[in-house]
Amino acid sequence: MIGEALRYLAAAAVLAGAAFGLLAAIGIARLPDLYTRLHAASKAGVVGSGLILVAVILISTDGPVMMRAGLGIVFLLLSTPVAAHLLARAAYKSAELPTAGTTLDVIDAPN
Amino acid sequence: MSGTQALQWAAQLAIGLLLVAMLLVLVRLVRGPNLGDRILALDTLTILAVGLIGALAVLTGFTLYIDIAIAIALVGFLSTVALARYLLARANRGEAP
Repeated sequence: MIGEALRYLAAAAVLAGAAFGLLAAIGIARLPDLYTRLHAASKAGVVGSGLILVAVILISTDGPVMMRAGLGIVFLLLSTPVAAHLLARAAYKSAELPTAGTTLDVIDAPN
Repeated sequence: MSGTQALQWAAQLAIGLLLVAMLLVLVRLVRGPNLGDRILALDTLTILAVGLIGALAVLTGFTLYIDIAIAIALVGFLSTVALARYLLARANRGEAP
């Protein structure tokens, strides 16, 4: 009974995760510059893969598998922001221009 | 529809969606225009691969796939950091992006 409900929940989580992954990919393909693309990829992408790993936790029956899937989620949540920040900083240092509609550059702003 | 059937159906649909997503990211990887965009596309490709392997594990019930997903996430993070450091070093030397 509980297992059946968990399976439905896991199906919903898998579908939601795949939808988030597709949203991240659409953002990468459609957004105008690197900084906005990083914004799409580093949030939606990690939520997408994280939700699919949550589904694995929901349907697995033994402890080690749950622990490994949880470890994968924690690792994704820790590593993706670091990589995105490093990439944005490197792109800024190499004078990558933001899109024309950008109004504020906080690093370069006089204050 | 029973829970197992719903799970199979959801996992198959998820694999299809993730393949479409990887195709879109591949378009960005080919088109660029700069090195930073390509690094970002590679990073997203590895994250989507983690999701794809997770969906495969749900579909087949073969949970050893999760180990592969963790290994891909590790290697993807390290390669992104290395490529970003390369971009930073190249910027400090004052070359064109």
